[in-house]
Amino acid sequence: MNAFVDPLGASPARLEARDKLSGSARYLDDLSRPGMLHAAIAQSPHAHARILSCDVSQAAALPGVIAIVTGADIPARRVGGMVKDETMLAVGKVRYMGEPVAAVAARDAETARLAAQLIAVEYEVLPHVLDPEAALAPGAPILHEDQAQYVRTMEGGGSGNLVWQAVLAEGDAEAAFAACDVVVEGIYETPAQYHGYMEPNGVLAEPEANGRVLVIASCQSVHHVQQRVADELGIPMSQVRAQVPKVGGGFGGKHASNIHSICAWLARATGRPVKLALSRTLDMEIQRSRHPARIRLRTGAKRDGTIVARHAEILLDGGAYADESPNVMTFAMLMVRGPYRIPHVRIEGRVAYTNKLRAGSFRGFGNPQASFAGESQIDELAAKLGMDPVELRLKNAVQQGDRWIGGHTLTTCRLSDCLAAVRDAQAAAPKLPAPRHGRRRGIGFASLTHISGLMGTAASVHMRADGTIALNTGCVDIGQGSDTVMTQICASLLQVPIGQVAYAAQDSDLSPYNWKTAGSRSTYMTGRAVVGATEQVREKILDHAAEMMECAKADLELRPGGRVGIAGVPGREVGFREVAMRSLFKSGGPIMGFHGLVYDGERFDPKRALMQRLAFDNLGVYTFGAQCVEAELDEVTGKVEVLRMFSAHDVGRAINPVSCEGQIQGGIVQGLGYALTEELVWDDDGRLANPSFADYKLPGIKDVPRQIVPILFEEPEPTHPVGAKGVGEISMVGTAPAIANAVAQAGGPRLRRIPMTPERVLDALEP
Amino acid sequence: MLDRIALTLSVNGEPREIRVAPMTTLLEALRTELALTGAKRGCNQGVCGACTVLLDGRPVRGCLTLAVAVGEREVTTVEGLAPPGQLGRVQEALEQVGAVQCGFCTPGIVLALEGLLRETPHPDEDALREALSGNLCRCSGYVKILEGARRAVEAAS
Ligand code: FES
Ligand code: FES
Repeated sequence: MNAFVDPLGASPARLEARDKLSGSARYLDDLSRPGMLHAAIAQSPHAHARILSCDVSQAAALPGVIAIVTGADIPARRVGGMVKDETMLAVGKVRYMGEPVAAVAARDAETARLAAQLIAVEYEVLPHVLDPEAALAPGAPILHEDQAQYVRTMEGGGSGNLVWQAVLAEGDAEAAFAACDVVVEGIYETPAQYHGYMEPNGVLAEPEANGRVLVIASCQSVHHVQQRVADELGIPMSQVRAQVPKVGGGFGGKHASNIHSICAWLARATGRPVKLALSRTLDMEIQRSRHPARIRLRTGAKRDGTIVARHAEILLDGGAYADESPNVMTFAMLMVRGPYRIPHVRIEGRVAYTNKLRAGSFRGFGNPQASFAGESQIDELAAKLGMDPVELRLKNAVQQGDRWIGGHTLTTCRLSDCLAAVRDAQAAAPKLPAPRHGRRRGIGFASLTHISGLMGTAASVHMRADGTIALNTGCVDIGQGSDTVMTQICASLLQVPIGQVAYAAQDSDLSPYNWKTAGSRSTYMTGRAVVGATEQVREKILDHAAEMMECAKADLELRPGGRVGIAGVPGREVGFREVAMRSLFKSGGPIMGFHGLVYDGERFDPKRALMQRLAFDNLGVYTFGAQCVEAELDEVTGKVEVLRMFSAHDVGRAINPVSCEGQIQGGIVQGLGYALTEELVWDDDGRLANPSFADYKLPGIKDVPRQIVPILFEEPEPTHPVGAKGVGEISMVGTAPAIANAVAQAGGPRLRRIPMTPERVLDALEP
Repeated sequence: MLDRIALTLSVNGEPREIRVAPMTTLLEALRTELALTGAKRGCNQGVCGACTVLLDGRPVRGCLTLAVAVGEREVTTVEGLAPPGQLGRVQEALEQVGAVQCGFCTPGIVLALEGLLRETPHPDEDALREALSGNLCRCSGYVKILEGARRAVEAAS
């Protein structure tokens, strides 16, 4: 037998990598069922209109059409995160162009699509509003006339087109600004970014025994899908079962969706399996985007570079439905101060409804917008002070033990080390060849902050008859590698090879609750649950072994490979198999462990800060990092090209360093697209103008710098039993400001709007 | 509905008889008629490369190729690169470096590289980038994919 290698920190290959490489991994659209129907969606041709009538007779007469559902057929239950404002199909009104108004189930996809086009809806067109500022102005067309009656989980907004509004303040910003030597101010604008998961969203719903419905969804949480479908259909959760196949990326875009409920409704109505696999265009038109933001930011400092005050006004464009807007806005507010010791801060946040696709959660969750503003402005301040931008950051950087705005304690913080590390790595790297004629080169930096934590999760661990292990959690692997990480943690604690731990796919009937794959929380939250459940199993194994070997439990130790022996006494051992058999057939009962928890860290301190209507008051642990970018600006074409990047991260203990690097590299490149090319664009009528990969430009391999160097700082996080923190989102947040800072450092313009397209750069270059 | 056409495709070394509508793409024929779901539909518009398969060893987009136009050419899908339970050289290399995240782009990337290596056994960095320039990956940032590609080249030499 090979020497046992502790799987923790060892980067074993992903459990499912071979299936994915050989084409045998099953994603949603790879699934089929006997007698399965295909669904299609009828969409609104208007950005804002009243539905006067809906005639489905022609569609229903088409051979092969089995069922049709319109807004008039459904229970019209409004669902949503904090504001319950959305129905699975439009009822009474449409609020964005492309919004689903009806759905068809037919024998084949082509017939379903044809039938959807034959649904005749009569509309009374209403004036629409696309800009959040205009939406909040007096006299704007109102999207949700009944907003005041909507159920909301707490107060915040609720009139006109205002979805939510909140204030967060510490100290006295106005007074402090008056005493500052230097003040910089600017307005920063960020676009609607599309998640661009390679697998378009999809769902397969089928009737199950006892009148239940099974919803198989490409999703980020089976529990969340189950809850939303039950809610929208008006049936108990016990009547809905949700499962998930392999997921082709999510990035926050694959939380519960209208399509899950539509398909579940059709499956119940027809008594047959119904699949809806979205086309790329439909996915872009009816799912979610990142919130476009307009942030007015002001920062004041003493002449020596001590930052004293910051004031931010954040306006987010929420689109037609609230979805996660209050939470995204709250998080943006909590991040816009940045990782600096600024005593006087005032932050005002608003989200408005507009007649566009809903904006929702997306990797970074409001932080990329806040960080673009905040980290760009730090460089502007440095320029005005005549200081080195890294020195300015280091001078004001938060440190371990400091408080975040609102009062959370920073349990670990290697921000200063990360900043120094990227600066030094860049300085020590071989010099790049000099820029070609007409190109200017610059170096830009950004500090990064994020959190990992939030909400509830659980894990269960069972020992099988042969002594191998079954691990269950509700944590869905959407590509980030959590299946492998959870398995590594469990295997490490029991000292068995990862091949002896079977990690179950998520099923709402079987998996312990997990809120979502979101908030960089899987390793930090579900990882803790796995530790707790595994430790219980370990204790039970030791209890059995003590009885079997007739010795004190305290004298026993686990030995690699699934054995228990007496410490210091080689030879005498019992194997997990014997322990398992004893538990099943003789004494004690099946060995299992279960551990559930909810994030219960510090709450905000109301004595410290003014906090009105923030959507949540505890978050998780804080993570830090720093980014360094070398970029070139072509003065003729206006093109910005990134040549090399260094990215240092305070990841806690890295359970799977290769996966950590993958998250960092992937996040950086998603940030690169955000910075340079990606933007959903609507025309004046409210039509999404670029709903395809041909017109919406994701970074390709040639757009990516030749070198992206990840640097990991492994300071164990004390609140996690194996010292881990999350790394899923933080790499995304700093790329755009670092590039903007590099462009300015190169002597180019200060770009306060992304994406920094060649046209915008050339415009800014005009004398 | 237009009449279906009977044709024989040579897929992964085996003749396969199917009946398809004239406008059925190779991608659709493979996925729905032959249950070979390794090739993915990421955009159906020829942009993402998730549907890449080999025709006589050359990478093509399954979503832009009509099944009726394949003719005698040999179709290789990701399922046909190695016997069940085994991996080919490119697959092996991508696994080793941790280049697989959500995996949805992976079959297309594997075949794009496989096609390149069949034609150019010792590609340089630029050739690798060129060969993968039609394959989008949203998860990895391409860094580990390139690392895997380099390793596959080394392993072959
Ligand atoms: S599915 Fe063929 S290129 Fe995207
Ligand atoms: S691994 Fe997810 S798209 Fe490439």
